[in-house]
Amino acid sequence: MTDARARILERIRAGLGDPARSALPRPQRASAPMARPVDDLLADFQARAESLQSTVAVVSNLAAVPFAVADYLGSLGEAGRNLDQQVVIWPELAALDWMGAAVPAEVRTTRPGDRVGITGAFCAIAETGTLLLHSGADTPSTTSLLPETHICVLPVQRVLERMEQAFDAVLEARGTLPRALNFISGPSRTADIEQTIVIGAHGPRRVHIVLVGAAR
Amino acid sequence: MDASAHQFKRNVHAQLGNEALQANLRRFGGGFADRRRDAVGRVNDFEVLRDRAAEIRAEVLQNLDHWLLAFEAEAQRRGTHVHWAETGAEANQILLDIARAAGVQRVIKSKSMVSEESGLNVVLGAAGIEVTETDLGEYILQLADEPPSHIIAPAIHKSRDEVSALFAQHHGTPRTRDIPALCEEARQHLRPRFLQADMGVSGGNFLIAQTGSVAIVTNEGNGRMVTTLPRVHVAITGVEKVLPTLDDLAAILRVLPRSATGQDITNYVSLLTGVRDSDASDGPQENHVILVDNGRARLLGGPLHDALRCIRCGACMNHCPVYQNIGGHAYGWVYPGPIGAILTPAFLGLDKALDLPQASTLCAACEVVCPVRIPLPELMRTLREQEMEQGLRPWHERLSIRLWRWLALHPRLYGFASRWGVRALRALAGRDGLLHRLPGLDGWTEGRDMPAPQGQTFRDQWAARQAQQAQTNALLVARRQAAQAGHRHD
Ligand code: SF4
Repeated sequence: MTDARARILERIRAGLGDPARSALPRPQRASAPMARPVDDLLADFQARAESLQSTVAVVSNLAAVPFAVADYLGSLGEAGRNLDQQVVIWPELAALDWMGAAVPAEVRTTRPGDRVGITGAFCAIAETGTLLLHSGADTPSTTSLLPETHICVLPVQRVLERMEQAFDAVLEARGTLPRALNFISGPSRTADIEQTIVIGAHGPRRVHIVLVGAAR
Repeated sequence: MDASAHQFKRNVHAQLGNEALQANLRRFGGGFADRRRDAVGRVNDFEVLRDRAAEIRAEVLQNLDHWLLAFEAEAQRRGTHVHWAETGAEANQILLDIARAAGVQRVIKSKSMVSEESGLNVVLGAAGIEVTETDLGEYILQLADEPPSHIIAPAIHKSRDEVSALFAQHHGTPRTRDIPALCEEARQHLRPRFLQADMGVSGGNFLIAQTGSVAIVTNEGNGRMVTTLPRVHVAITGVEKVLPTLDDLAAILRVLPRSATGQDITNYVSLLTGVRDSDASDGPQENHVILVDNGRARLLGGPLHDALRCIRCGACMNHCPVYQNIGGHAYGWVYPGPIGAILTPAFLGLDKALDLPQASTLCAACEVVCPVRIPLPELMRTLREQEMEQGLRPWHERLSIRLWRWLALHPRLYGFASRWGVRALRALAGRDGLLHRLPGLDGWTEGRDMPAPQGQTFRDQWAARQAQQAQTNALLVARRQAAQAGHRHD
């Protein structure tokens, strides 16, 4: 198939002409404008996340997270009951007092039968109300993907303005991109039948964000 | 995919006569346009975002070889295998080889239009590999054994009743008219397939040269499943899909979902780079990208160059009056609507899709909404010119254009002919002033009446107006002279 490669490149070059052009540097451009300006990071993030059908709870510190989660699961009613062995969390959240809040959270890999997945987030984006999670040994992608309910614990310091800043932050923190960057904007959905929007396609049906440390 | 673009007129006939399809088109067709308008209305200045997106895409194409090589080097450095395919058939073969080498038996797919070009599912099926489409629309069509009729809403031509009938037939479930219940049924049915598959095949919305990543944009979450759960992931995409940097992706994502579904952002944007880390519990252990040419590279530098900017948002078809009436299948290949009217002849050859560039009123609604500012009507006009120059239009069309040209070069004769032509048409029309049949143009009058011309011809009106103007001018001059004469006498 190296032949195919050579022939395709040759065809491209024949069309474009002037082999010197490839050496030209790209023009330096100002950063792209945002689609909607962000006036108040947290308020805009929350409003836009909610417009994507995510729900948002605000707590003042990490210790309050398990109780906020318990409240939320309780509010789901039927869906919230009998969660034994069905709540999976990321290792970074293991130290919280889940027992005290009566949330049967387990640190392990996600199983097909799990109902609730609780994760952290690398950061979030106020422009669109989006969460950014990345793959890794301690941040498995399946936790935010397979269970019906995804709960994301998000410290307010992690809310950034725009996607470009998120990319910069990832590269700065890790030097290189992890295997997967997943930008998540609300629960999964489809409109493939009669253009009718239905929430809960293949991914989670619910995305609940617990904002931690909101000093507002 | 087998093309039927050469028999466009026959396709159109069938689709216009298909009452179920017509009802579906009328019911679901408008939603996209309304949602896009609302989404654009929420943006400060959408035109600035479009400018940026168009600029980025134009710049990439200008140095496509450079960006592709940069992507390849970076992807390989991260452990991704990069393959190049000149044709769809070659791409299928590459994928089949990968599957065989990895002992793959079950494949799950998220939406890939390039794999529709190549007819991948048929090839995998023939090799005894089970393929499951997981985008809900594509899944419905796989059950129905039909091609997509829209690039982002593949089953837009199907009603809930048709979907329900298909599900009842294939899942053995009772019929329902409840759309959420149908979606739930598909979710339940597909979940085990996600978990059992050994290979995920996806498209690639974009390739990022800076990081060697593949970007995938989906709402359903199936794109994430396909690229996370199976042990092998293969992305198959066109060579034109590369973007230089991550920032470019951010800029393009400001226009893509808004133009496509009217969302501010798509639910899931996944950026996939390389293979699973040795200590991680999920992600593919083997990762491939197949870069497919299939007629793209030869467009560079030519009159259709700009069509390669396309980011497959579907806005042009959502706003096209022709598409809204005939639906996507009539176009006879993978890409319908205005962009399909250009890409199909461009990829397959003009003689294989003669009528597609004509399938437009050139109203330019597509150009007005295209997020990367592709001059779609201009490109269709270019293709029309090429058809004429290459003698590909039917003889009577060529003859009538010759006649027209000759007449237009003889103004007096032209005036005479149009004056009498108008009278003849008026005489032919019924008392209602409508022409129900036109000799030689019955294709046109079959679906609609033509109003007989009213009043005088333009040339006659113009002449009359000129004469009147001259009279008025003369009168004014005479008055002014009289007034000036009066002054002098004071
Ligand atoms: S041509 Fe423009 S409007 Fe049509 S699908 Fe491509 S990017 Fe969208």
